[in-house]
Amino acid sequence: MATVLLPEATPSTPAQPTASARSNRRRATRRQTWTALAFIAPSLLGFVVFYFWPTLRGIYLSFTDFDVFTDPVWVGLDNYTRLFGDETFWNSARVTVQYVLINITLQTILALALAVLIHRVTQSTFLRSVVVAPYLVANVVVALVWFWMLDYQIGIVNQGIEWLGGNAIAFFGDESWAIPTIALVNTWRHVGYTALLIFAGLQMIPKEVYEAARTEGANEWKMFWKITVPLLRPVLALVLVITMIGSFQVFDTVAVTTSGGPADATRVVQYYIFDLAFQRLDFGYASAVSVMLLLVLAVIAFIQLRLTRANESDLN
Amino acid sequence: MTTQLETPRRTRPSARRARPSLGKVLAWTALIGFVLVTLFPFYWMLRTALSNGAALATDPGSLAPVDFTWGAFERVLGIATTGEAQAEGGSGASLDFWGYLLNSVIVATSITLGQVFFGALAAYAFARLQWPGRNGVFFLFLLALMVPPIFTQLPNFLLMRDLGLVNTYAGIILPFFFMTPFAIFFLRQFFLGISSEIEEAARLDGASNLRIFFRIILPMSTGPLATLAILQYIQAWNEYFWPLLVGSDNSVRVLTVALGVFRSQTPQGAPDWAGLMAAALLAALPILILFVIFSRKIVNSIGFSGIK
Repeated sequence: MATVLLPEATPSTPAQPTASARSNRRRATRRQTWTALAFIAPSLLGFVVFYFWPTLRGIYLSFTDFDVFTDPVWVGLDNYTRLFGDETFWNSARVTVQYVLINITLQTILALALAVLIHRVTQSTFLRSVVVAPYLVANVVVALVWFWMLDYQIGIVNQGIEWLGGNAIAFFGDESWAIPTIALVNTWRHVGYTALLIFAGLQMIPKEVYEAARTEGANEWKMFWKITVPLLRPVLALVLVITMIGSFQVFDTVAVTTSGGPADATRVVQYYIFDLAFQRLDFGYASAVSVMLLLVLAVIAFIQLRLTRANESDLN
Repeated sequence: MTTQLETPRRTRPSARRARPSLGKVLAWTALIGFVLVTLFPFYWMLRTALSNGAALATDPGSLAPVDFTWGAFERVLGIATTGEAQAEGGSGASLDFWGYLLNSVIVATSITLGQVFFGALAAYAFARLQWPGRNGVFFLFLLALMVPPIFTQLPNFLLMRDLGLVNTYAGIILPFFFMTPFAIFFLRQFFLGISSEIEEAARLDGASNLRIFFRIILPMSTGPLATLAILQYIQAWNEYFWPLLVGSDNSVRVLTVALGVFRSQTPQGAPDWAGLMAAALLAALPILILFVIFSRKIVNSIGFSGIK
């Protein structure tokens, strides 16, 4: 579950404090500071120990040679220069980008279609529950089910293909099929959830806009392109970034189905990092690769911050 | 997958109810298509789990279970003997399902309790208390949300190893226990929406911040707290990467990791699909039950904060 789930917008922001309340507040501030520190202490501890410190340590380790059993040895930029000549790394980067492109494109188009259908046809909670169900099932379970359904010999999908007169496809065994297949499996898991995110955005478009358009004779197709798409653009951009950051970190499905094969065709970046660190005990180099991943995701996150700057008013 | 929702302009609105338009029919067809594609794999899990593993290949296209049997569930739950299991295509490899289930429950419950309680405390401090450095710390927490888990998990593994916590419950639980940015943002958003007048009134009556939080704010927030707890429980239950790193030992192995191991143990040539599907279904069942009970809460919690 890599994507971020954000709470629904609260209907009202707190009212501006009145003058008397403000002076009250000033008196209470000192007492509040101590309470606040006590309240924040456990989270701060968790943040420092499990987020902040490991981030620094990860960056440090990326400049070392470290096999886990002996102390890390400082090697400067060696890991990074090695990285540029590492064909396996570049392959994993290519494979990951290919995965993200297929996954995100398909997922976003399908989710948009599904969200619009739910929004314009029925807003039933039952239907929304059904489509989000795959998202609540563990990646491992989803991967196993599809691994079985897409089995070359007796999987139901290939049974269907053969019944229609086609030839069976080695979905996970064929180098050119493996990544699209994993992208499709994860699209199945995420499309309903993504649709509900978009649906939440659709609900923010005032109904009157559609009613006005209808009285002027616009049909649904026209309303989709002239109203829905333009008004939904900020939400869509945010959804794209959230799902993309999650998509770049694909691991579970690969680990359960192909283990990076066939012939590195599904050795995505996170699997490569895992492999380097825990199979080959090359922690320093693994850290360097994850620094690269961090940088790529930081760029995407930066774009996200730019896109959502307009609603940072909560941060006063 | 473009579905046109053509709704031709109508002069007589009463005609709408009488005959569904072509657009409506197409739209419903597409929706039903989505639902079928969503549900089919769940059905297929059940169908396969109720089949005789040894007979699956004889009728792979059958929509009903092949040679119906409870055998797959029995061998996953450890009720079947090795002989019975092997007769139905099982590998004979043992799967301590109840043990793994217990591990998953312990891990997910602890993580949820910690995240909701500590998250509520922190969220209240961010939303309602005035203190120097508040925005700075909040911004740092925001950044934590951006750091991909893989990046912190390698060093966190080293930390757990140094602390001797690899293959312990504490090792699996601790990194998630004290803080997850999501829990804090989720609750902060809700606390921001509570009218401050109630707090002001309580404060005038001499109530301390602690008392206000435990006696007024928390009781008012049971809904969002429950929603958050459900979401975090599901997430903790489904986590795979971290427990794989620090909890691969049999004694603390959670269900997701156990499934991965079970899958790699089944022979490459003839996997025990019926057993695998039964195990996968059982591993997902607690979450599916939780979802059926709380679907409205979960579905309505998916949205955005503050996008206008």
